[in-house]
Amino acid sequence: MLRRVAVTAPHEPLLRPPFRNYQFDAAYDEMFQTPGVPRPHYQNLFQTLLELPPEQLRKSQQAADLSFLHQGITFTVYGSEEGTERVFPNDLLPRIIPADEWRKIEKGLTQRITALNMFLEDIYHSGRILSDGIVPRALVYSCRHYRREMRGLKVPRGVYVGVCGTDLVRLPDGSFAVLEDNLRVPSGVSYMLANRKVLKRVFPTLFRDYGVWPVDHYAQALLGTLRALTPLNGSGRSGPTVVLLTPGVFNSAYFEHTFLAQQMGIELVEGRDLLVHDNVVYMRTTAGLRRVDVIYRRVDDDFLDPLCFRRDSSLGVPGLFNAYRAGNVTLTNAIGTGVADDKAMYAYVPAIIRYYLGEDPILANVQTYLLTNDSQRNYVLEHLDELVVKAVGESGGYGMLIGPHSTRDEREEFRRRIQAEPRNYIAQPTLNLSRGPCFLEGEVQARHVDLRPYILYGENVTLVAGGLTRVALRRGSLVVNSSQGGGSKDTWVLRA
Amino acid sequence: MRNLRENAMLSRVADSLYWMSRYLERAEHTARLIDVDLQLRLDQSPEAGSSRWVRLLQATQVPVPADGAIDAATLTHILTLDRSNGSSIVSCVAAARENLRQVREQCSSEMWEQLNRLYLQINSTAPGEAWLLHSHVFFRAVQEGAHLFQGITDSTMSHGEGWHYIQLGRYVERIDALSGLIGAHFAHLPHPGDQAVESEEYLEWVGLLKSCAAFEAYCKTYTAELHPLRVAEYLLLNAGFPHSVRFSADMVHSALGVIAELTERKAEQPVRLAGRLGATLSFSQIDEIMAGGAKAYVDSIRRQCAQVHIAIHQVYFDYSIESAMVA
Repeated sequence: MLRRVAVTAPHEPLLRPPFRNYQFDAAYDEMFQTPGVPRPHYQNLFQTLLELPPEQLRKSQQAADLSFLHQGITFTVYGSEEGTERVFPNDLLPRIIPADEWRKIEKGLTQRITALNMFLEDIYHSGRILSDGIVPRALVYSCRHYRREMRGLKVPRGVYVGVCGTDLVRLPDGSFAVLEDNLRVPSGVSYMLANRKVLKRVFPTLFRDYGVWPVDHYAQALLGTLRALTPLNGSGRSGPTVVLLTPGVFNSAYFEHTFLAQQMGIELVEGRDLLVHDNVVYMRTTAGLRRVDVIYRRVDDDFLDPLCFRRDSSLGVPGLFNAYRAGNVTLTNAIGTGVADDKAMYAYVPAIIRYYLGEDPILANVQTYLLTNDSQRNYVLEHLDELVVKAVGESGGYGMLIGPHSTRDEREEFRRRIQAEPRNYIAQPTLNLSRGPCFLEGEVQARHVDLRPYILYGENVTLVAGGLTRVALRRGSLVVNSSQGGGSKDTWVLRA
Repeated sequence: MRNLRENAMLSRVADSLYWMSRYLERAEHTARLIDVDLQLRLDQSPEAGSSRWVRLLQATQVPVPADGAIDAATLTHILTLDRSNGSSIVSCVAAARENLRQVREQCSSEMWEQLNRLYLQINSTAPGEAWLLHSHVFFRAVQEGAHLFQGITDSTMSHGEGWHYIQLGRYVERIDALSGLIGAHFAHLPHPGDQAVESEEYLEWVGLLKSCAAFEAYCKTYTAELHPLRVAEYLLLNAGFPHSVRFSADMVHSALGVIAELTERKAEQPVRLAGRLGATLSFSQIDEIMAGGAKAYVDSIRRQCAQVHIAIHQVYFDYSIESAMVA
């Protein structure tokens, strides 16, 4: 699928630097309509790149890299001992999304998060969708992220997922499809903001001429969302006390936690800063205990409360879950949302949307094989070299097999795992993600990209017009995850 | 609604700032001690140098080797670049940095960058013959790095509650270090009179003053004529010199006063204990102190300082839920 298709009769502009080595293949190209002819919304950038001396871009790139390093905008790679702190590579060329395409994305994601929240409310209460046989009961109850402790618990405004970062990909026909719903603790939004800051400096005129929606108010919108989710039995003060709970300095996203806390002007707390007394959560300050109303938690369910979930967790707060059940504190996102972003549940999301909203999904799903189904499993086991296999509960690009790029041993290993635990895996066709221009090795080259917009759900659903475009920086690679050699670039959503 | 940011600071954050500051002060102090010692050594017989080393180790609370074999190179290494010794310079700077790293969003980025730079510089120092020969440069770098950090802190960080915990850490550590050093010195040279000292002994007193960064300041006040009594008075009771015990105690007291004000905990233990320590020092007479034994006096100062430290922990960092609920 990744073989480069020879370009017949290359158009004249293509040969001009810095586009001399720009490659085309079967994937949708974000910039070019046909080889050499830019799409209307990329025309301006295309022209700028032809005129700009590459030396100047290279200098801007160096300046940007250095600024990321000095600010310590880094992430931690798990599983290797040394040099675990790395700068998340940033690419200088913006990804541009025209207004009409964004409107569709916005509508589609609003529809999706609304339906998924209704689904969560339903399965943790009466379970209509299960009785009606739309979603198999066994699929819900066998999910590792299903929390029976959440049965019958009312959450403020019925909002389970207040903060969501959905991964979209563009298919060869140019349409966007949802690849993953990240409903637990999605990260990366700080890179969206940091990239924008850099790009405004590198392309000030271009940015102004394009008419791009701003993203800088994200932190404010996030704070507004968190405040809207004041607990049912909160302290009753007009301004609830909101804190951000981080696992601590060794977490891969610690920089983002400090950044968001600072931008929102709220306290960044660790589990050891909080305590629960009479089902009320307090933080330990030098002036005594302060009641906490809303916790934007960046700690996984398992580690939140050692009395309720993992006993060996030192990141959590003993008694937190009881305070939550008592309605004295809000956790955002709620506990147990992972059941709705289980990769096997994903296959049912179109049906979930139709069931609750009576509408057709605006954004399509990617074809997904459920391995608990005998015929689908047999098909997958015979075609492992063509498909992508993913563990249902993992994220960040860990625990997956990319068939076309795998070795025989890796495929055999996954065959064994699938046969042992079919519920634990799903398979999808190897997607040919769209490609966009990147500034690499002193020239413009095409690389595969995806898109992660951030959706907030408090009083209502809001999307900041933009998102994180992730790039597979290695030539030919399809994996955009930061832990697997990916980078990111700024995303410009046009006003008109 | 009161703005939470203005009147509340997480205990963990305060704790980290306090310890960051203590560790950095400790690194600076140790660097000065060894720097002064290595310089003195050049002018002295090996025996005189060895007995000072014992005092130095006692003052920095490093166990003295049982066999008494003291070799300058080894001991310099233990106190500077030895990571297995928790109070070596490299360990202290690393601990200071780690504490600041955990509260990065609370300090200015200039502060973080300076401490990070100092750490990287020290961390990349390779021990060995050549290093020892020019170790003077290293000790200067540690002291200057710490001074620069303090200057940056004072001019870029808001002088709110957090800044006062940094002050507190520095001066609590300084009281402890100074009184430890003075105590060890007087215990080994037990005949301080009001006569000017001479020759070999003279160098020891110069060493003590220099180790407290006080030689020049002392000379301005009392001239270069060194009287043990005046040295003791200057280092213990001078109200205006930043490396005197009394000055440090006054700084601790005033920082605690501000913190008590900001946290609305005026009547509590730490301020009271720090006030008593300050009063002890401001009302003491040097001849009375000497009559009762200088060592006993500084030991009692040290004890009181430890009580202040414990009280700070109990009231601000690590209080019990019950006590907090009553309040």
